[in-house]
Amino acid sequence: MTKITLTGQLIQYLFTGVTVGSIYAMVAVGFNIIYNVTEIINFAQGEFVMLGGLIMVFFTVTAKLPLPLAFVLTVAAVTGVGALMERFTINPLKNASVLTMIIVTIAVSILFKGIAMFVWGKNPYIFPPFSGSKPLFFFGAAIQTQTLWVLFMTAVMVVLMTIFFKKTRYGKAMLACADNPEAARLVGIRVNVMILISFALSAAIGAVAGAVITPISLMEYDRGALLALKGFGAAVLGGLGSFYGAVVAGIFLGIIESMCAGLVSSGYKDAVALILLLLVLYVRPSGLFGNVEASKIKEF
Amino acid sequence: MQSSNRKALLGLTLFLILFPVVAMNVSAIGHYLDIMIFVGIYCLINMGLSLLMGYAGQISLGHAAFFGLGAYTSGILCTKFAMSPWLAMVAGVGITALVAYIVGVPSLKLKGHYLAMATLGFGVIVHIFFNEEVSLTGGPSGFSDIPGLSILGFSLNSDLSYYILVWFLVLLTLIFSLNVIHSRIGRALRSLHDSELAADAMGVETSRYKVMIFVLSAVYASVAGSLYTHYVGFLSPSSFDFFLSIKLVMMVVVGGMHNIWGALLGTWLLTFLGNEWLHVFHDFDILVYGAILLAVVMFLPDGLVHLVPRMSRVWKRG
Repeated sequence: MTKITLTGQLIQYLFTGVTVGSIYAMVAVGFNIIYNVTEIINFAQGEFVMLGGLIMVFFTVTAKLPLPLAFVLTVAAVTGVGALMERFTINPLKNASVLTMIIVTIAVSILFKGIAMFVWGKNPYIFPPFSGSKPLFFFGAAIQTQTLWVLFMTAVMVVLMTIFFKKTRYGKAMLACADNPEAARLVGIRVNVMILISFALSAAIGAVAGAVITPISLMEYDRGALLALKGFGAAVLGGLGSFYGAVVAGIFLGIIESMCAGLVSSGYKDAVALILLLLVLYVRPSGLFGNVEASKIKEF
Repeated sequence: MQSSNRKALLGLTLFLILFPVVAMNVSAIGHYLDIMIFVGIYCLINMGLSLLMGYAGQISLGHAAFFGLGAYTSGILCTKFAMSPWLAMVAGVGITALVAYIVGVPSLKLKGHYLAMATLGFGVIVHIFFNEEVSLTGGPSGFSDIPGLSILGFSLNSDLSYYILVWFLVLLTLIFSLNVIHSRIGRALRSLHDSELAADAMGVETSRYKVMIFVLSAVYASVAGSLYTHYVGFLSPSSFDFFLSIKLVMMVVVGGMHNIWGALLGTWLLTFLGNEWLHVFHDFDILVYGAILLAVVMFLPDGLVHLVPRMSRVWKRG
């Protein structure tokens, strides 16, 4: 009997880990999109997730819109926020130093956090899961149907982003900007527009992550910073710039974290991902799945 | 020392002497003395951050951790081991310097965004440690009854005595820091800020200087933490969270990070805003902080201190 419950427990932790990990993965992909085009790390990345969750709550609970419409509106709204952020804070600061760019995105993240607190207050919010709250049972573990939605959305986002960057003209143009903005400009790519698109896309994927995770983990105004930090951990672990690396690393981080919370100490669960982040940065900044050769030309 | 610095130092000292006289006689601003003590404590940390950011060009988003390490070491040694506060302060400096060295050596090999994230991660880890090691730190609720400081048998029990001690230390640290800036090390740091590659090529041992300044700034923060502990008499992890690290950086940037006087100006302004003038906004101070920081970075990248020479020029022209 105890053996079954232990497996059940482990499977439970595994699913929790994969769910949280998928969110880290999406945050990491968001980091990668902006990084791939601008080589900027956007410290406000976690705030997009927070805004996605809270705006979704507004459309479903407060405005009582049907779920698919609310979802589309939420993603559209946060995408707009991302675009505005780029237009008003990143775009005017051409040729700014890295230090300035870091501080600007931090300032924006504080501003978003402040606005969210102004609008929603300090309480956490929730809205009902996409397809009912009846859990599925699986080897003695109760799995929420929302978990499947999280996995599904993560897969969809990653596939879409990969197709976009590998196959479409715009996607390839964006990659060219990261490589060499001057050369990209010379061959007629509008670098300005590409940077704008990268912020919008990155905000969109953050919004999706926020919208799917809120029915499971709730959402409040100050959730962004830690999400960003762990998402960055996933991005670095997977090799900055690599989408599949980000997904694998994100889910890996999520599983480790949830196993640690369940089996070792729940208090230190947040520290695990961060210690891992520091170790990777110190020992192998190209990431576990990154290409060491390619990373030699990057600046860590 | 340059004459402009000497003048500014003289002005600051005069202001510091006159301030308590005025504050203690005007009841409306009587409690400003208390706020000025916090300004002094944060000034100590931010002079170090200014050296690190403005002069060496390295960012740290984890300085609340060093502040906390100093504070907790002092608090724990004084209450649980009945150590003398001054000895505990020295122990705090030792522990913090060691931690800063261990974290600094690998972290400072990283650049820009990576360094920012690494220090941020470090800060959060230390904060979690303060929360979780309940037997040592008292956990989230913290612990109190930390004894005050005393000098040569006189116990410091008034705001005025702490004001004098804290600002005396701030002035000493300021003079020391100004000397560092105008020394061989300061020149090396500035060369680092402009181009690390060029500095390396000129034979400046960049990594050694970076770690040195990082450890020095951590030591400033640790001393500030010890002073904070004895003045407040109570410790809890929430005083050393990640948002404090951000606020410290904010103070330095708003004042002007390329100038140590800017760090003092920014600290003074934002501490008064946060502790006194922003009460109008209640809980929404985050919004105001974000707006101020964004406005300064966007429109006044050299910080408020940059306005001073401009204003004095206008003044002279009449």
